[in-house]
Amino acid sequence: MATFFGEVLSAYSRAVEEEEDDLDENEEDEQIREELARKREVHLHWSSEVSESLKTGNKLQCTDFILAVGDNAAGFLSVYFLSSEKWDEVGHASLWNERSRSVTGQSSEESACVFYRHKDNPSVLICLVLQYIAEDQLFQWTTKVFDCLQHRELTLTVLSDSSVAEYKTADYLCSSSAPFLRSLHTSTFSGQLVCQSLEQPNIVTGLPAAVLNHCQVHQIAAVVYQCYSDVIGPDTVTMETYQRALTKTGKFVQLFSSPSTDVLRKFIKTTDIQSNLYI
Amino acid sequence: MFIPSDNSPPSFKDFTLVMPAVAVGNVGQLAVDLIVSTLNMKRVGYIHTDCLIPMAGNNPYATCKEDAKALHTPAEVYTAPELKLAVFQIRAPIIQAKSKKFRQMVVSWIKASKFSRTIILSSSHAYQRDDRQLEGTTLRFLVTPSLLKTSADALKELGWKEMERVSAFPGLTDANTEPRLCIPGGGITKGLYQDSCLEGLSLAVLLLFCSEGDNIPDAFTLVNHLNDWLHLLDNPGQESSKWKIPTSWSLLFGSGIPPALF
Repeated sequence: MATFFGEVLSAYSRAVEEEEDDLDENEEDEQIREELARKREVHLHWSSEVSESLKTGNKLQCTDFILAVGDNAAGFLSVYFLSSEKWDEVGHASLWNERSRSVTGQSSEESACVFYRHKDNPSVLICLVLQYIAEDQLFQWTTKVFDCLQHRELTLTVLSDSSVAEYKTADYLCSSSAPFLRSLHTSTFSGQLVCQSLEQPNIVTGLPAAVLNHCQVHQIAAVVYQCYSDVIGPDTVTMETYQRALTKTGKFVQLFSSPSTDVLRKFIKTTDIQSNLYI
Repeated sequence: MFIPSDNSPPSFKDFTLVMPAVAVGNVGQLAVDLIVSTLNMKRVGYIHTDCLIPMAGNNPYATCKEDAKALHTPAEVYTAPELKLAVFQIRAPIIQAKSKKFRQMVVSWIKASKFSRTIILSSSHAYQRDDRQLEGTTLRFLVTPSLLKTSADALKELGWKEMERVSAFPGLTDANTEPRLCIPGGGITKGLYQDSCLEGLSLAVLLLFCSEGDNIPDAFTLVNHLNDWLHLLDNPGQESSKWKIPTSWSLLFGSGIPPALF
């Protein structure tokens, strides 16, 4: 769709397909549909210690769950948290959808959504999500993960990447204002907020929205920090923006480690390769 | 699955339920937004389901800064007890493969909640009308046999036009093919109507032929049409100015314009 000023907006058609007649559905169709649904199931793989305790009915003891969705959010946690080497990998989620790579990419799939627990402070759990989770898988992912966590005194913090192009405001945004944070929280969340609340008509979609909905209806305290950035791909400025979200409350200060240059370089390097279009 | 937002579950007995079908131009959803925002309806619960694409945002009906910070989900139920009115707003598209499951969930929830009647606000592609549908009003209605029993007089008085059944193969006269109901672009409207007929639910569909674009005028047309029947707002004739546009309708066509342009 082109606007009055000629910008092309990516607006998908809101029209919906006419439903197929249910009568035409035969057994074979149903079988194929079931098989497809089975293939798209989300699987959680916990470490032996965690799965043992889950089997006996003890859910994962966790008071703080930090979920990072997107390159920058996950990059931030890798650089500032995980580099301290005080974290144990406790599990990962695996799923297949139309954007997943073929079987050969199995190893990358396993590292696309990983759960870590702090060694000294086991009630802090973090999860890095780097893969695409399809719309029909978001609800399932959320239900399965939250079924493994004990809900009492649980606070969820979500860090999520977004493009500044998706941010709607009546004032024109000048380029120097990005990256910036906006927050959205459930009604049971009573913690301190470090930034402005997300203004209508802006909304949150994807995994952050799925976990917020789950937390809202199950009365779990949760907050999403959405970072609007104007850089495509991981960059250090955006990563540092997240630092404000976690340090201002003072809650996670003891978990921070000074960023290791090696890890930082790794992230910047990948961006360099992507932008070397003319070499 | 309905989850009440307060600890005490609300009673919907003998309430009228108004809900949109996610359809062309989102007309039904916009019309429902106008009802919730104008009547200042209170949220009583959520429909938590895997059939809708997740989304979340702050209060779409905020009137001041204080009530702006409240999380809202893709499917919520609002009530106005003094009008015996409940509204089920859907804010996200239905996942294609799960539309049948969603329909079944809605029908069983309507049954369990004991609503006296249900009204679906919907729309259909204007470009797929047949010759008879091109003339006159763009508004149509459909009622299930059980609602017709109780509301036949009221509907007759309104003089509304019923949705035409179209022949399966236009132009061919074949005695064996019965004309069938066809609502292109209407999403779950047809399925929900047929399920309700089978289940004996009192349900009506109000729909409008439209095209995609700025569908705000369509939403006003549909909500005024509904008001002719339900009388949610008094003062007929001046209704369009009485409906309150919610804050979430701002910036429908993108952000502000760079000042350097001028």
